[in-house]
Amino acid sequence: MSIPRPKPEKFRLRRTMMFMNAQKPGLIKDAYIYGADSIMLDLEDAVAENQKDSARFSLYHALKEIDYGNTEVIVRINGLDTPHWKEDIRVCVAGGCDGIRIAKTESAQDVHTVDEAVTAAEKEFGVEVGRTLLMAALESPKGVLNAYEICTASPRLFGVALSGGDYRKCMQVKVIPGGIEMLFARGLMLNAARAAGIQCFDTVFTNINDDEGFKAEVKQNVEMGFDGKSLVNPRQINIVHEMLAPSQKEIAEAEKIVRAYRENADKGVGVFTIEGGKMIDIAFVPGAERVIRLAKASGIYEGDL
Amino acid sequence: MELKAVGTAGTLESSDVMITIEPAQDGGIVLTDFQSSVINQYGRQIKAEVLASLERLGVKNAKVVVNDHGALDCTIKARVECAYYRACQADVDGVYDWGGVIR
Repeated sequence: MSIPRPKPEKFRLRRTMMFMNAQKPGLIKDAYIYGADSIMLDLEDAVAENQKDSARFSLYHALKEIDYGNTEVIVRINGLDTPHWKEDIRVCVAGGCDGIRIAKTESAQDVHTVDEAVTAAEKEFGVEVGRTLLMAALESPKGVLNAYEICTASPRLFGVALSGGDYRKCMQVKVIPGGIEMLFARGLMLNAARAAGIQCFDTVFTNINDDEGFKAEVKQNVEMGFDGKSLVNPRQINIVHEMLAPSQKEIAEAEKIVRAYRENADKGVGVFTIEGGKMIDIAFVPGAERVIRLAKASGIYEGDL
Repeated sequence: MELKAVGTAGTLESSDVMITIEPAQDGGIVLTDFQSSVINQYGRQIKAEVLASLERLGVKNAKVVVNDHGALDCTIKARVECAYYRACQADVDGVYDWGGVIR
C-alpha cells in the first residue's frame, strides 16, 4: 500500500522545519501531528555511522506508507564528502519525498552534482523529472561566501538554510545571546536568497529549556526577514507560528492595501492613498498578500480575501 | 544474494522491532523465537509481514528471531530487509532495489 503525495509546491509556507531521525520509528510515525509546516527526516548527523543502511530502509517505507497529509517531507542526505549520498538520493526519489536538503553545500557545483543525481534517479524510478525539490544548507565560511552562486544553481532550489553548529565551529565562536557571531552569515545569506528569489531559513536553537532565549532569536529572525526556522523540538513549533503570525492591525492594513490595489488597478490607477493617508503603489502589494497568507496559515484570518 | 552471517537490525525501543536472521542449509524459514508486546492482537499479522518480506527477498532457508515492541508494518519490513542485507554482508552504499524486492 503506497500513499500518493501531491506534486511538491516550490514556494509554499515554511515557517517551521522539524528535524527527525529517519531511523527512529517512534518519531517518524507521528511526525505530522505536531503541526510543523515541513518535517526533515535526517539521514545525516542524527544517524550513527553504523546505522546508515538501516535508516534508508526505514525512510523508504515511511515515505511510502505513512500519510503525512499537508506536511512537507524533506530528507537531509549525507554530505558529498561521504560514501553515502548517492544511495541516499536514490532512496529519497524512489520513496517520493518532496525535497532533499543538501548538507554542507559549498559551491554551485555541489548543487549541480546533486541535481544531476536526482534527475538520473527520477528517470530510473519513473518519477516526473523536476518533481523533487532541493534546498541547500550552508555550514561553512566558504559556503556562506558562495551563497549567491549556490542560491541560483538550480531551478529545483526553493531555499537556503544556515547550519549554525558547523559554521560556529569553523569560525571559532560560541553561541552568543543576540547573535553577533552569526550576523554576517545571516545577513549575507538572506541577501543572496532574496537576490535569487528563493526562501531563507535560520539555524536550530538547541537549548530546548531556554524559552526566553529561543523567543529572542525567533524575534530577531522575523525582524531580519527569514521565512522560517529549523527546529529540534516539537515544543518550539507553536512558539514560531505564534511569533510569525501577523497582528490584527497588520492584517487590517494588509486587507486595505490589497482591496484598494485591486479596485484602483481596475481603474488603471497605479499610485493611490488608503485610509489614514498612506501612499501605496504596487511595491506594497506582495508584502500585504504575504501578511494575508500568514494570517490564514496561523488560523486567525476571518476576512474573505 | 546469499546469507553469509548472522544479521541483526532494529532495537528494543517502543514502536520498533529487532530482527535477527541466521543462515541455514535447509528446513525452510524457522521462527526460532517470536516475542511481541502485542502478540495477542497482532501476532499473526506480524509473522505474516516478516515472512512476506523474506519471500520477496528470496530467502529460502533461515533461522529468524523476532522481538517486537509494537512496530508498524513499515518498520517491520524495514528491519527485516536491513537484517537480510546485513546477513548477506552487502555493501552499505551499494545499489539497492527500491520498489523491487524492497517494497
